[in-house]
Amino acid sequence: MTEETMIDIRNLSVTFRPGRKPVKAVNGVSLSVKAGEVVALLGESGSGKSVTMRSLLKLHPKGTLIEGAIDVAGHDVMQLSGRALSDMRGATVSMVFQEPRLALDPVYTLGQQIEETIMRHEKISRSAAAARALALFEKVRIPSPERRLKNYPHEMSGGMLQRSMIAMALACNPKVLLADEPTTALDATVQIQILLLIRELQKEYGLSVIFVTHDIGVAAEVADRIAVMYAGRIVEEGPAVEIIRNPKHPYTKGLLGARVELAHGRDRLITIPGAPPDLTAMPPGCAFAPRCPQATDICRVDVPALTAASVDHSVGCVHYG
Amino acid sequence: MISVVEQPSSDLAVGERGGPAQPLISVRGLVKHFPVKGTGFLKPKKVVRAVDGVDFDILKGETLGVVGESGCGKSTTARLLMQLMSANEGDILFDGEKVGGALPLADYRRQVQMVFQDSYASLNPRLTIEETIAFAPKVHGVPAQTAMARAHDLLHRVGLEPSRFAGRYPHELSGGQRQRVNIARALALEPRLVILDEAVSALDKSVEAQVLNLLLDLKRDFGLTYLFISHDLNVVRFMCERVMVMYLGKVAEIGSRYAIFEETRHPYSSALLASMPKMDPSERTLEPPLSGDPPNPIDPPPGCRFHTRCAFAEPVCSEKTPGLATVSAAHSAACLMSVPGSGHSRAPVMAEA
Ligand SMILES: Nc1ncnc2c1ncn2[C@@H]1O[C@H](COP(=O)(O)OP(=O)(O)OP(=O)(O)O)[C@@H](O)[C@H]1O
Ligand SMILES: Nc1ncnc2c1ncn2[C@@H]1O[C@H](COP(=O)(O)OP(=O)(O)OP(=O)(O)O)[C@@H](O)[C@H]1O
Ligand code: SF4
Ligand SMILES: [Mg+2]
Ligand SMILES: [Mg+2]
Repeated sequence: MTEETMIDIRNLSVTFRPGRKPVKAVNGVSLSVKAGEVVALLGESGSGKSVTMRSLLKLHPKGTLIEGAIDVAGHDVMQLSGRALSDMRGATVSMVFQEPRLALDPVYTLGQQIEETIMRHEKISRSAAAARALALFEKVRIPSPERRLKNYPHEMSGGMLQRSMIAMALACNPKVLLADEPTTALDATVQIQILLLIRELQKEYGLSVIFVTHDIGVAAEVADRIAVMYAGRIVEEGPAVEIIRNPKHPYTKGLLGARVELAHGRDRLITIPGAPPDLTAMPPGCAFAPRCPQATDICRVDVPALTAASVDHSVGCVHYG
Repeated sequence: MISVVEQPSSDLAVGERGGPAQPLISVRGLVKHFPVKGTGFLKPKKVVRAVDGVDFDILKGETLGVVGESGCGKSTTARLLMQLMSANEGDILFDGEKVGGALPLADYRRQVQMVFQDSYASLNPRLTIEETIAFAPKVHGVPAQTAMARAHDLLHRVGLEPSRFAGRYPHELSGGQRQRVNIARALALEPRLVILDEAVSALDKSVEAQVLNLLLDLKRDFGLTYLFISHDLNVVRFMCERVMVMYLGKVAEIGSRYAIFEETRHPYSSALLASMPKMDPSERTLEPPLSGDPPNPIDPPPGCRFHTRCAFAEPVCSEKTPGLATVSAAHSAACLMSVPGSGHSRAPVMAEA
């Protein structure tokens, strides 16, 4: 682990055990994020993007089996529990969700909620916390911030609420921001405002960000690097420009090829045939093989390891590397 | 042009009486205000002007896209069309017949179905998917066996093999599969109009592409008309023949796909289009095309509702309310710059009478 690595995930696996069929939602993921870097996690629904993110905060139901190593800002997350774990949540790592309305308490004003968050982590007076809340609302550019701090969540628009969530996430000067589809429910004008805000915060505070999205355009706007997940594994990872202009893994190619932007004048979209595998009964070898146009017999033998396609671009496909 | 039919000509099926040129839906002067809690008694009564005087047509066999800021009234318009709530003012004409007038409400309801964004919340967890799809037809008096056979047909059509999927419960399906069930269910009553409110937003891109192709096939095979609400402008450009842009409870601009995307006239539409994420990290957006937040729909600004954020606003914009002005045969915009003689310096001069 180098000096500037902020997040280091090594061979992470997460297995849920509802009933008797174990679901291995994350299956050997390794990912490292430098200080001040934004990594976008892209991939099929159900591929384990949210579960990977929640692992960084150990937000899994009891009985979940977590294997591997996670290191965030020098903390060995796997060893943390109790007080140390709750100290880390919010203060070192904080998270912004797709649906801010579900993450906020409807009976308290936004100001109260931000002040509480600060006072839970730091010994400061309420008035100092209130001053900080105001500064945060100014930072995320909420108009008339004094008045807005007195609002309840239902009194805010979706875009303003998502900005409040970001303000709250920044309340204790975290080093890492985890953003799980934070703009999916927003219209284009608000989405771009939020994306630009995240970029600005990343520059100003050197925040490391993991940003989950389905939208390749969104990844292109915010991410330095892109990691593509399929069925619990990272199948390709590299600089955003490389992944978008020059994808190597057949799944990434399929995902980029299905974009509606490419359909000009056509009346059908190109799709990836078939469906992702059942996580309780994974096929041997490459999980994408059953749908892959380039699959050959060796694809069905071993899980392809991530191998370097160029200096900082790696691909998990037997036909590359 | 709409010709309002006073008497139902019951020899023709609902939706076919007005002929192919008659819009399937014509909405005129639609208004929906929600009362704000805690006002009205001793305090001045306030309302959220969610939909505030909206006119548009949906032509037979087309897909009309609806885009606009969060909270501008897209879903409320959809719910009014579905008759899930009643409007304060305005009329809905279905194929020229007034809904609730010449056309009885019950006849209309069968013709219009809706698919919502949240594929899970809109399915009953205790029903298998074949039961879910057959449910509404049975309620409408279709014999159980026929309803079940139709359900299997539809499952096959949406790409879920009945032998594998018919007996499953919603939690045993992926998001994309559940959304296909919702689509099959919406088609079970053989509607003419299907309203898709963010129906593909929760899906990942490869599943979204499959569902969009499916929607296009079903439209062709069943002669459907769609109202397609989405935040994804790329998807709207792919799916829709015409597009309506809404802002704060009103129509800002409506026209053909080409008119809206290539010959944009309303400054809000331009800002919306300029906000689309760029596909290339080397061409990233540097400044947000539109800053600030939408005004409060309880107390919308006077004149043009966009004037508080518009880069072209002049004093006249806070005085005169622009109506929808015809720009070309297939294109209208509610901006004073498109209204001849409006007093805006960029407006076309009035033609000499
Ligand atoms: N608590 C849980 N118990 C059992 N299975 C779970 C649990 N949480 C998630 N899963 C399963 O783990 C897999 C990965 O889920 P995850 O939420 O990470 O997907 P995702 O990549 O974020 O997808 P999406 O893009 O749809 O949000 C899914 O198959 C999901 O059903
Ligand atoms: N039942 C209701 N009671 C009170 N206000 C409502 C109700 N339903 C909607 N509103 C308000 O009406 C306005 C329009 O809401 P609507 O849901 O139609 O917006 P939308 O365009 O669909 O937005 P989004 O893109 O976020 O889905 C909003 O200000 C909303 O808060
Ligand atoms: S009427 Fe005036 S304020 Fe409204 S969009 Fe046109 S120029 Fe802008
Ligand atoms: Mg997720
Ligand atoms: Mg809506």
